[in-house]
Amino acid sequence: MAAKKKQEKTTTRKGKKLRDGLVMDQITDVAGGIHGTIGKRGSPRLDFPARSLSNVVYDEKQGYFEIGKQKIERTLTYNTVKTFAQTLRFMALSKELVERNDFATKRDAYYQSKNWGEARFDEQTESDAVMDDVEALFSTYNVSREELRFYPEEHGGAVAGELVVIDADPETGTEIEIDCTKFGSGAYSIPSSVEHLRFRTDAKFILAIETGGVFQRLNYHKYWNKAKCILVELSGVPTRATRRFIRRLSEHRGKPFLPVYAFTDCDPYAFANIYRTLKVGSGNAAHISRFFCVPQATFLGVTPQDIIDHKLMDATHKLQDVDIKRAKDALKNDPFFQMQPKWQKAVKQQLSMGVRAEQQAFAKWDLNYVMDKYLPQKLKNPKSFLP
Amino acid sequence: MIRKTKYATAEEMAATQREISVAEFFAKNRHLLGFDNPAKAVLTTVREAVDNSLDACEEAGILPEIHVEITPVAAKKEGQQLLLEGGNGSKKKGFGGADRLIVSVQDNGPGIVKEQIPKIFGKLLYGSKFHRLRMSRGQQGIGISAAALYSQLTTGQQATITSRTSGRSKPHRFRVGIDLARNAPEARDAEIGEKEEVPQGTKVVLEIEGRYQKHGKSVDEYLKETAVANPHARFVFKDPDGATTVHERASKELPAPAKEIKPHPYGVELGVLINMMRDTGSRTVKGFLQTDFSRVSSQKANEILKHAGISEGYHPKTIARDQADRLYEGIQQTKLMAPPTDCLAPIGEKQLVEGLRKEFEAEFYTSTTRPPTVYRGNPFQIEAALAYGGKLPAEEPAQVLRFANRVPLLYQAGACAISKAVVQTSWRNYNLQQPKGSPPIGPLVIVVHMASVWVPFTSEAKEAVASYDEILKEIKLALQECGRRVGIHVNKNRRALDEARKRSHIEMYLPHIGIALQQILKLSDAERDRTCTDLKAILEKTRKVN
Repeated sequence: MAAKKKQEKTTTRKGKKLRDGLVMDQITDVAGGIHGTIGKRGSPRLDFPARSLSNVVYDEKQGYFEIGKQKIERTLTYNTVKTFAQTLRFMALSKELVERNDFATKRDAYYQSKNWGEARFDEQTESDAVMDDVEALFSTYNVSREELRFYPEEHGGAVAGELVVIDADPETGTEIEIDCTKFGSGAYSIPSSVEHLRFRTDAKFILAIETGGVFQRLNYHKYWNKAKCILVELSGVPTRATRRFIRRLSEHRGKPFLPVYAFTDCDPYAFANIYRTLKVGSGNAAHISRFFCVPQATFLGVTPQDIIDHKLMDATHKLQDVDIKRAKDALKNDPFFQMQPKWQKAVKQQLSMGVRAEQQAFAKWDLNYVMDKYLPQKLKNPKSFLP
Repeated sequence: MIRKTKYATAEEMAATQREISVAEFFAKNRHLLGFDNPAKAVLTTVREAVDNSLDACEEAGILPEIHVEITPVAAKKEGQQLLLEGGNGSKKKGFGGADRLIVSVQDNGPGIVKEQIPKIFGKLLYGSKFHRLRMSRGQQGIGISAAALYSQLTTGQQATITSRTSGRSKPHRFRVGIDLARNAPEARDAEIGEKEEVPQGTKVVLEIEGRYQKHGKSVDEYLKETAVANPHARFVFKDPDGATTVHERASKELPAPAKEIKPHPYGVELGVLINMMRDTGSRTVKGFLQTDFSRVSSQKANEILKHAGISEGYHPKTIARDQADRLYEGIQQTKLMAPPTDCLAPIGEKQLVEGLRKEFEAEFYTSTTRPPTVYRGNPFQIEAALAYGGKLPAEEPAQVLRFANRVPLLYQAGACAISKAVVQTSWRNYNLQQPKGSPPIGPLVIVVHMASVWVPFTSEAKEAVASYDEILKEIKLALQECGRRVGIHVNKNRRALDEARKRSHIEMYLPHIGIALQQILKLSDAERDRTCTDLKAILEKTRKVN
C-alpha cells in the first residue's frame, strides 16, 4: 500500500512536469512557425477557430458542444499588427508562467500588459478578448487556458463527502491529501485550476446540487456517508473549475466513469442553463467545451413529473414570462434539447403545467423529506433519469 | 345719439402737405443706408470713405495708400445726441451703449477740386457714378454724404474735409454740413495751420456716435477683406485702443481701368427708359436708340421701332406714356447682341491669390476668373478663390468672403447669392465635409467676387447680391472649378498623412512582436532585430500591393 502510494506520488509530479513541457513546446512551436515564416519573407499568420455560434455543433457521440471547422486567419497586416503583437506577448507571458510555475488571472494579465508600453491594453475587455484568442488558438492543440496558466478569477463550488483530493503545495510541490469528510459543517472549496489534482474515493456517485441550501442540509446530516457519494455544490451555473473538477473526478479511474447526477430546481433556467452547461458546455465558449463539460451527467431532478409524484403542486410558483420564453427558446434553438426527445417532453410538460418548483419545496412534507424519501426513491432507478 | 365724424377737406390736407427732402427721408430711414446700429454705423462710415478713396486713386492711376483712424472722444456732450431722437419724436434711447468716435480716413489720391467739395459731402445723391455705367465701388453717390449726415444728426458736428490736388497746388479745408430741408450743403472754409503739412489726397474726418467692436462684422474685418480683394492697396488702421494694423501691398499692378459703357437695352426698366428719353440730346427716337444704348445698330433700331409701331422721326421728348410702353415691348421682342464686356475689371487670378496669401496663412491657394457674361443686359464676371489648410481652423465652417466690385460684403450673408451658391455646391465631391444645407466644414476660406457695371444688391445698403439665375450659376461654376483643385490637394494630403500614420503605427508595434518572439524562442538581440527588420519589409510590401 505504501509503495503504491509513493509510486503514485512520483507519477503525479512527473505527469504535471510532462504536461508543462508539452504546453511550452506548443507555445514554442507556434512562435517558431511565425519566426520561420518571417525569416523566409512570408506574411506570418495565426489560425483561430471561429468563435461564433454558427461554428458550434452538438457532437452527439461525444455528448458536448464542439467547435466547428471554420477558421479565422489572422495575417499580420497594418490592421492586425497591434493585436498580433499582443497575442504573441500573451503567449510569451504564458510560457514564462509555466516556467516559473505561477499563474495569472485575467485581471493580473491585464495589469501585466501595462508594462508593455504602447502595446498595453487600455481596458480589460480588450485583454480578455486577446486572451480568449490565445485560449482558442491553443484549444486546437488540446491545451486549456488553465494549462496556459491563465486562471479564472473565481474559484469553484463546495465539495463534501467520501473523497480524498490529492493536491500539492504550490511552493514545494509536496503532496497534500485533503479528506473531504473532515470539514465538519463546512466544505472543501474547488480551486481555480484543477488540472493537477488527483483523487481517491470509494463513493458510488457524484451528486451535483444547484443550491447552497440543499447542499448544506445534506452535508449537515452527512447524507454522503449514508448514500456513499460526493456532494458538489454548483451554486447556479457551474464555473469552469467546477465543471472540470466534476469531469476529472468522474473519469479519474477510467471507465466505468463515476456516475454524475444533477439535482436542481424544476424550472427552465435550471434545465437550459445550469444543467445544459454542466453537461455539454456553453454555446459561446464551444472551443473549450470539451474540457469544461460533463457529458456523462444525467438529470436526477427535480422533474415536472416529480411535482406530481410528490404532490408538490401547492408548493409551486407560477411560471413567469421569462421562464416561458426561455423554455420555448430551448425547444426551438438549443441543439442539445433538439437532440433529446425526453427533454422536449419534460419541458413541454412543464409548460403545460405552468408552474415551477424549487429543490427546497420538499420541506413542505418534512425538512428532511428530501434525503429520507425523495433521493432514496429516485436513486433506486438511475436509468429513469433524464439524459 | 349719432356723433358726426368730421372728415378733412382737401384744403385742410393741403395745409399739412409739404415736400419731403431726400435728406429728411434718409434721416428717418437711416437703416436703408447701413446706419441701423452703433456698431454698423462705424463700419458704414469707414466703408463709404475707403470705397471712395480707392475708386479715386485707381481712376487717377495712383497705387492707393489709405490711413484709417478711429479715436474715442473723451467727453461726451449729452445735449447734442438728441437731434436724432427728437426727429423721431421718440424718447427711447435707441443707441444704448454708443460712444462718440472720430473717424478719419486719409488717402493719397488725386484730391477734390475746391468747388466740388461742398456738393460731394453735403448733398445727397450727388456724384459721378450714378449717371454712367462703369464698374466702380460706389454706385449711387449716397454713401459719403449719408455718413456726413449721420455725423451731423448724432453729434451735431460737421464733416471736416481737407484736400490737396497736387503737391504744387494749395490745400483746402472745409467744414461741411447739410441743410436737411433743402438737401443743400452748408460749407465754410476752415483754417489750415501754418505749419501743418498737407500731403496730396483727401482726408475726411467725421465725428459720429457709434461703437467700435473688434472682429466679426467690423472695421478690422472689413479692412482685412478689402486688402484681400485689393492687393495693390496699402492700409494702415489705428483702432480706438491705439493699436496699429498694417495691411501691406502685395502687388504693384493697378487694376486695368474699367471702360464706361452705355446701357444695354435689355437692362433698362420702363421708368429708366422714360427718364432717358427726357434727358437725351438726340432729336429722333432712332438716334436716341443708337447713341444712348450699346449694341443698337441702325438696322436694330429700325427693328425695335417696327415692333413698337413708332416711326423713327419722333422726337424722344414727345413720346407718350403708352408709346414708351410699346417701345419697351419692342426692345424685348428684338434680338440684340450681348453687351460688351470690356467694361469689367476683374481682380485677376494671380492678384486674388496674392491678396489671399498675405491675409490668410494656408497651405494651398487657388483661384479662377470666369469669362464675362450677362444678366438682364448687364455684363458681369465672377471670380472665386480658395485657401485651404495651414493655420486655418479645421473644425469650423469655412469662412466665406463676399465681394462686389472689390468691396467686401459683411452683412446679410443669408440673403446673398454668394452664400446660396456656397451652400448649393457639393463640397463632399472635393473631399470636404459638408452638413446638409450648410457651407463646408474645414480649414477653408472661400472668396467670391462679382464684378459688374451694375451689381444687383438686395438693398440700398449694398449688403447682399440678388440671386439671379445667371449669377448663381456662374458662382457655382467658379466654386466647382476651385473646389476640384482643392479636392485633389486634400486627397494628396490625406494619402500622405494616412501613409505616415500607418507607418508609425506599424513601427510602434513591430518591436513587441520581436520582444515576444525573443522571450519565447530565446533569440539573441541581433536575431530579434533582424526579425523586426524583415517584418517591416514584409509589411511594406503587402501594403504596396493592397
